Amino acid sequence: MTALIQLRGIHKHYGDYHALRGIDLEIRQGEFFSLLGPSGCGKTTLLRTIAGFETPSSGTLMIDGKDMAAVPANHRPTNMVFQSYAIFPHLTVAENVGFGLRREPMSKDQKTKAVAEALAMVGLSGYGTRAAHALSGGQRQRVALARALILKPKVLLLDEPLSALDKKMREQMQVELIRLQRTVGITFILVTHDQEEALVMSDRIAVMFEGEIGQMADPETLYRRPNSRRVAEFIGKMNILPGQVGMEGNRIVVDVAGLGRGAVETDQAPGGVVPGNTSVGIRPETLGVLFPGETTDRRVAEGVVDEVVYYGDMTYYDVRVPGVQQPLTISMKNIIGRPVLEVGAPTRVVWDERSLVVLSR
Amino acid sequence: MGIFATSPKARAAALVAPPLIYSLLLLAFPLVAIVVISFWTQSGLNLDRTFTTANYREIFSGPIYIWGNANRWGVLPLSIFVSATVTLITVALAYPIAYFVSFVVAPERKSLWLFLITIPFWTSYLIRVFLWKVILGYNGVVNTGLIELGIIQEPLNVLLYNLNSVIITLAHAYAVFAILPIYVALEKIDRSLLEASQDLGENRFTTFLRVTLPLSVPGIVGAVLIVFIPTIGDYVTPELMLGSGGRLMSNVIQTQFLQLNNWPLGAALSIITMLAVGIVSLLFILLNRRWLRGRA
Ligand SMILES: Nc1ncnc2c1ncn2[C@@H]1O[C@H](COP(=O)(O)OP(=O)(O)OP(=O)(O)O)[C@@H](O)[C@H]1O
Ligand SMILES: [Mg+2]
Repeated sequence: MTALIQLRGIHKHYGDYHALRGIDLEIRQGEFFSLLGPSGCGKTTLLRTIAGFETPSSGTLMIDGKDMAAVPANHRPTNMVFQSYAIFPHLTVAENVGFGLRREPMSKDQKTKAVAEALAMVGLSGYGTRAAHALSGGQRQRVALARALILKPKVLLLDEPLSALDKKMREQMQVELIRLQRTVGITFILVTHDQEEALVMSDRIAVMFEGEIGQMADPETLYRRPNSRRVAEFIGKMNILPGQVGMEGNRIVVDVAGLGRGAVETDQAPGGVVPGNTSVGIRPETLGVLFPGETTDRRVAEGVVDEVVYYGDMTYYDVRVPGVQQPLTISMKNIIGRPVLEVGAPTRVVWDERSLVVLSR
Repeated sequence: MGIFATSPKARAAALVAPPLIYSLLLLAFPLVAIVVISFWTQSGLNLDRTFTTANYREIFSGPIYIWGNANRWGVLPLSIFVSATVTLITVALAYPIAYFVSFVVAPERKSLWLFLITIPFWTSYLIRVFLWKVILGYNGVVNTGLIELGIIQEPLNVLLYNLNSVIITLAHAYAVFAILPIYVALEKIDRSLLEASQDLGENRFTTFLRVTLPLSVPGIVGAVLIVFIPTIGDYVTPELMLGSGGRLMSNVIQTQFLQLNNWPLGAALSIITMLAVGIVSLLFILLNRRWLRGRA
């Protein structure tokens, strides 16, 4: 099956500024796809290019097998939820939701019914007659969703739809959005700079930097096997240590300064192997500290606790290991009976080869 | 300072007191005086201070001021008609200009454009009215131009000394006052609303009708009121542009006060005019609330 959306070599120049630098993308029908990246990397520009509000300087965009170059925004099978929600302040909630129905071949009753259904879908039944300016942030966001979904687009584009909401509301809306996307079966493209949000919601994520896609993968691969240093630094917490990488026969061997040598699998070097100096990434939760009296058959390095940050469910330790350039950040679950170590306590850091990711780039 | 030691309310009162007294003296006092005088009568050179509604009866009984006759409109309806026409023309011409500056001109050029728009208003109002006389007169720019071009043989008489010239002059004089409020309303429109409308299937024209125009209604209402209300009271332009022929309300009032020395009748005419303007403006605002739904 071919992709619903295909981007080939999309470039965008704003005067001298090169905002998109050759984007190649394929998004499948029904996929929940996220564009993730730091501020100013071009996420919004890319989304607006798909919606038809920006014309790419070069490259092709196909939606559902049709070239979109000559198709203006109002004729594209896409609908957008704007970052500011763009709710029409002069209309009621129901008029906002029904805005796009004007051209649909439906009777007035059918339209009223469609609006009521769309409002019910986003949990706003009975809000139809409210003035749009009398809504909370979360309600506006739902109105914007209902207004876009009522037209049954092939693709729904969402530009940081949750960034204006508080943490609790945001988490609730994340779950609702996932459920909604599964029920309606529409392809979602979500722009976000919140890596946690992208990991929670997406089938696939493209991480963008400075107009380019750094890595495109499912959330687990992205988290566990980032292909470069910048992806590793952008997503989650990661210890990044200097090391050496090389091939011994067909085995990849890594030497991490202060921890020691070990062989790794090919999937642990997703960015490829360039023999010589390299960076090695280790997630805090793949390391551990040994509490007094505990033993392990994993590899161990002696160290001293440098810093303790208590989060309730987790404790983060910074542990200084002689020979390792910077303190290692280690996260431990606070399970029953496990003590919290004090600053200055001697301890042993537990690790193994499977924790390592070679970050050549 | 004493007032800073007192309560916030007292401080606020102290701060607004000077402008309040000033506006009371300059606005409220003359207004009250006009109302009072309109119920008096003129007897020779003196004012007869017995209360009477004679002036109002005079205004409403004859054909001159309100009712008119078969040949001639009443002065008040004619004045309202002229002001309404001026308002319509001014706002209709101002809207595209405001739209152009707000939507087409690059952001860094906008203040330059607004500056250019205000340039004609640096010259005195009187001089601008005379300029229009030069342009529209019997031997004026328009007539000589058209004759030179061979489009007409004889100078046109319809240009000057009739209501057309009053309307043209007033429409020009009040253009800026219409452009600015509309411009401000257009500037306030969130541009993502226009994109949202396009995204939902509307083209640029239908987006204008469904989003831009309704959202700029507050600016249009402001422009209409700002042009309509003072043009009824404008007496310089009709005085200079109408010659001795027709008279508008402002001239009639001026004549009563300064030439016929009948202050009470002039005062009553002023009150009637103010009420008429007030009622027309109120009707307009209500109409706007009910049908155009201009929400600020
Ligand atoms: N109309 C424009 N003219 C010039 N430069 C622009 C324009 N629109 C965007 N840019 C530039 O393009 C780059 C990418 O912008 P974009 O809005 O796509 O970033 P983003 O990834 O969405 O960032 P954010 O997370 O902050 O929203 C930015 O450096 C921005 O300054
Ligand atoms: Mg953005």
